[in-house]
Amino acid sequence: MTHKIWVFAEQVNGVLDRVTLELLTKAKDLAGKLEGKTEIAAVLLGKNVKGLCDTLADYGAEVIYVGDSAELDLYNPMLYAPVITNLVKEEDPDIFLFGATAIGSELGPTVAAQLKTGVAAHCVELRINENGLLVSSVPSFGGKILGEILVPDNRPQMASVKPGIFVQGEKETREPSIHWLDVTDLKAEGLPLKALRIDKKEPKGVPLEKAEIVFCGGYGIGSKENWAKLETLAARVGGAAACTRPVMDEGWSPGEHVMVGTSGKSIRPKVYIGFGISGATHHICGMKDSGLVINVNRDEHCPVFEVSDIGIVEDLNKVLDQLLMTIQ
Amino acid sequence: MNIIVCIKPVPDPQYYDKVSIDPATKRITREGIPTIINPVDKNGIEAALQLKKTYGGKVTVITMAPPNAVENLREALAMGADEAVLLSDRAFGGADTLATSYTLAKGIEKIGDYDVIFCGAESADGATAQVASQLGEWLTIPHLWNVFSLEPQDDKALHVKTKVENGSMEWAVKLPCLLGVARELNKPRFISAMGIIKAKNKPIAIWGKVDLAVEDERLGLTGSPTKAGEIFTPDLKRKGEILTGTLEEMVDTVIERLRTAGVNVQATTKACDCCEGGGQK
Ligand SMILES: Cc1cc2nc3c(=O)[nH]c(=O)nc-3n(C[C@H](O)[C@H](O)[C@H](O)COP(=O)(O)OP(=O)(O)OC[C@H]3O[C@@H](n4cnc5c(N)ncnc54)[C@H](O)[C@@H]3O)c2cc1C
Repeated sequence: MTHKIWVFAEQVNGVLDRVTLELLTKAKDLAGKLEGKTEIAAVLLGKNVKGLCDTLADYGAEVIYVGDSAELDLYNPMLYAPVITNLVKEEDPDIFLFGATAIGSELGPTVAAQLKTGVAAHCVELRINENGLLVSSVPSFGGKILGEILVPDNRPQMASVKPGIFVQGEKETREPSIHWLDVTDLKAEGLPLKALRIDKKEPKGVPLEKAEIVFCGGYGIGSKENWAKLETLAARVGGAAACTRPVMDEGWSPGEHVMVGTSGKSIRPKVYIGFGISGATHHICGMKDSGLVINVNRDEHCPVFEVSDIGIVEDLNKVLDQLLMTIQ
Repeated sequence: MNIIVCIKPVPDPQYYDKVSIDPATKRITREGIPTIINPVDKNGIEAALQLKKTYGGKVTVITMAPPNAVENLREALAMGADEAVLLSDRAFGGADTLATSYTLAKGIEKIGDYDVIFCGAESADGATAQVASQLGEWLTIPHLWNVFSLEPQDDKALHVKTKVENGSMEWAVKLPCLLGVARELNKPRFISAMGIIKAKNKPIAIWGKVDLAVEDERLGLTGSPTKAGEIFTPDLKRKGEILTGTLEEMVDTVIERLRTAGVNVQATTKACDCCEGGGQK
């Protein structure tokens, strides 16, 4: 029997979400831990998406199921979910991974409900246990607790993972076997749910998830002016500025795409420097895999120092200005 | 327009840093942490009250929870909901998202007539974000998740926007439908003294297994395809070395460490000389 590990290949406007390649990398790792033959497949839906197959193959997809149709151009759960559900019923995969993105967080559980199987949500680790079952580690209580989730009796064993949790592996050229799905009968017309448009704007500057150094502002920064200082510092060293949730809520930072934590992004820069952050697990969860962690806080008893490599007990305004004077 | 809002009582997320695991019982201890309505569910209540204001009708809140959730339902009634339903039964315990959404679906089918169902996009404690979509599937109605904007076209259709990474999606959806709402949708109203008084006389129905047309094997732990394994607290601790010296000295040390960590920093500091050749270039 061949163990089938599937990954939902998420694309918007012909661009693959990075999480897809991270999941394919993880799928290869899981395949290596399973006994017997394994097969890694990607499920790719959209319009004119064949061009993405090479990339999917390079990162691990041996088989690619492609549903290509004008009706699948825009994501719609009422079109995407039945196509996937039918395919799963025919092919019976053991494991099925989704990105815990906006689209994947809806599509994954929708497919699972149609199949009456289980999904472990926004996992931070996936492994295979001694019985060959998928074990997913899932944070709860804002990341304070980690719990293992198994789907022992139902198939597929599903899991979703946020972008940035797993690391994308190296490319290896591979000739995939492409299976075209029959989607000729699909019709968006007449459904009670119609997708009208999708607007995506890539934010300017170094994307937070790619930055080697991140300057992160907490509520202690107190103003838009200090946010601008973080951006200036970041620009000087080719890094990015990030924030905690209260900073986003206050409107000091430009928005959600720079917010780090359980309800924001997961990042792992070489260096993270935080200013005026108290160290709530909600936030720390999103940056705990960073290399060097430095924090500036004026409260010497602040819990953030426990989760830092280096702490500076000082008014962050002074430290910011000194950094600005020093770093060119 | 008849509107149903699903709410979940959760331990107040402001106190999650106090949650721990009892080493003896291996259970999560959350003693002293108050139970509140899941914050984003209040955005669902607010959205329902606004729709009712325009189109008339009734707002019913529903939860599947232990008996003391009556207090949280009472709070939702004080916000302005008209009726409340508590689904409570030992048989519902240990439910994962599939079993929870099944039980809620059966409760909602018993309520009957509805046009819009609101859920919070996710709960603060488990945060799986799966119940809304799965409830929509059990009820076989269109559903959307992460809704941050909502404009009724008339009493039969809505124009909805959902959040996606770095952007948004726009949708036209016909009623009945289910929306999992994000906290950006609106600002939930505060409770007034009048609201609290009125809530005292509003009905709260309590339904158990026998009151619902359910298949036993879909309930609770039995009906849950996911099973919980070990739980633990992640170790996030680091060295915690506190720098000393003058401001200039501390900042110079930081820059030196950045270089050692492999970041290319151009700086006018003494650190320039002392780490020459030392850092990874
Ligand atoms: C459901 C839910 C999800 C959440 N998700 C996230 C998430 O994804 N990401 C996230 O970040 N948060 C999240 N939060 C919020 C989280 O619980 C914390 O409230 C938040 O992380 C605290 O942010 P902070 O450290 O910036 O602010 P605070 O906790 O207010 O800390 C400010 C710190 O700044 C210091 N300070 C103030 N002034 C100065 C100064 N002049 N110089 C030096 N230090 C100074 C203070 O000593 C203090 O330690 C979530 C909350 C909930 C309820």
